Amino acid sequence: MSSRSIITQLTKGISRENPVFVLLLGLCPVLGVTSTAINGLGMGLATTFVLIMSNIVISLIKHLIPSKVRIPSFIVVIASFVTVVDLLMAGYLPALHEQLGLFIPLIVVNCIVLGRAESFASRNDLFPAFLDGVSMGIGFTYALVILGGIRELLGSYSLFGLKILEGDGLLVFVLAPGAFIALGFIIAFFEWRKSIATKAKKAA
Amino acid sequence: MEYFAIIFGAIFINNIVLSRFLGICPFLGVSKSTSTAIGMGGAVLFVMTIATIVTYLIFQFLLVPFGITYLQTVAYILVIAFLVQVVEIVLKKISPELYRALGVFLPLITTNCAILGVAILVIQQDFNLLESVVFAIANAIGFTLAIVLFSSLREQLELAELPTAMKGVPAALVVAGILSMAFMGFSGMSF
Repeated sequence: MSSRSIITQLTKGISRENPVFVLLLGLCPVLGVTSTAINGLGMGLATTFVLIMSNIVISLIKHLIPSKVRIPSFIVVIASFVTVVDLLMAGYLPALHEQLGLFIPLIVVNCIVLGRAESFASRNDLFPAFLDGVSMGIGFTYALVILGGIRELLGSYSLFGLKILEGDGLLVFVLAPGAFIALGFIIAFFEWRKSIATKAKKAA
Repeated sequence: MEYFAIIFGAIFINNIVLSRFLGICPFLGVSKSTSTAIGMGGAVLFVMTIATIVTYLIFQFLLVPFGITYLQTVAYILVIAFLVQVVEIVLKKISPELYRALGVFLPLITTNCAILGVAILVIQQDFNLLESVVFAIANAIGFTLAIVLFSSLREQLELAELPTAMKGVPAALVVAGILSMAFMGFSGMSF
């Protein structure tokens, strides 16, 4: 594998195939935990760990799994790593674990993880599968931090817990409705950028 | 009174979709028309109730006695996946009519985080079996209410003139935000 294709592999998760903003996968945790940028970062890293580890294991054992029971097998692998993350976070980061709460065990049903296992890891070798996990994980984390950052900035005028502006902020962005509205506008921004890019391509 | 608080809380105050953010995928995915939204709601009601009862019993009579509660996530997701398959097969045999109405939605439900979410929530909140069942049914009704309301809004949205970038999902998300804001009005009520 050339270094160039490694770089394209790694960056696809951030822009072209961003799991959240472009593919619209795994939106439950995206909306649920992004009231602050820190929470978004924690959730993103937890999911990245599960993505990388399950991609590695699934790509290693892909020949051992009969295709009829592949989905349940993938789910068991993913669920095991989710349990690992859950216990590790409860032990070492109890405050963050408390904040993310229910969404940690729910990484199991995150469509991104199962989606990558089914569509990529089970068809590729170890190294590309690992890169895919890293790339998708980075893309997911990036999306969570962006959304969390915007909500925190508008909702409490701070970023990563640091006060940026005086005042209380627009409370609605910290609460549930703000999550939907902020994500709607970010996706609209990505759509708009895509339409400009295709227009430029047509003109050229 | 206690049950009333659970039911009202699950449907309106902490609506599973609009305030807990569970089951967003089907909420956005199958809400383009009201009839499919009702179908999905029915399927969720069915599976959520059965799944909550079964996972509750497994937790209390299998995981707790053997001291392996840390296997909760693994056990639950397998049980739910298995259960969805069983429900599909049984429904096909005993009620083809219901199967035709709900059939397409059943496979999607395995990855619906609302099912697993409710199964974990009843354990976290220390509900007994009856309370768990009531909680599951109320949450399923809350899900159905949200998705049906949202689908009728989206049907109207099809006709609205919007900037191209906002068309489709972005506009739907903003509308969901406004719907969620309406549901926040209930949060001042407490029992």
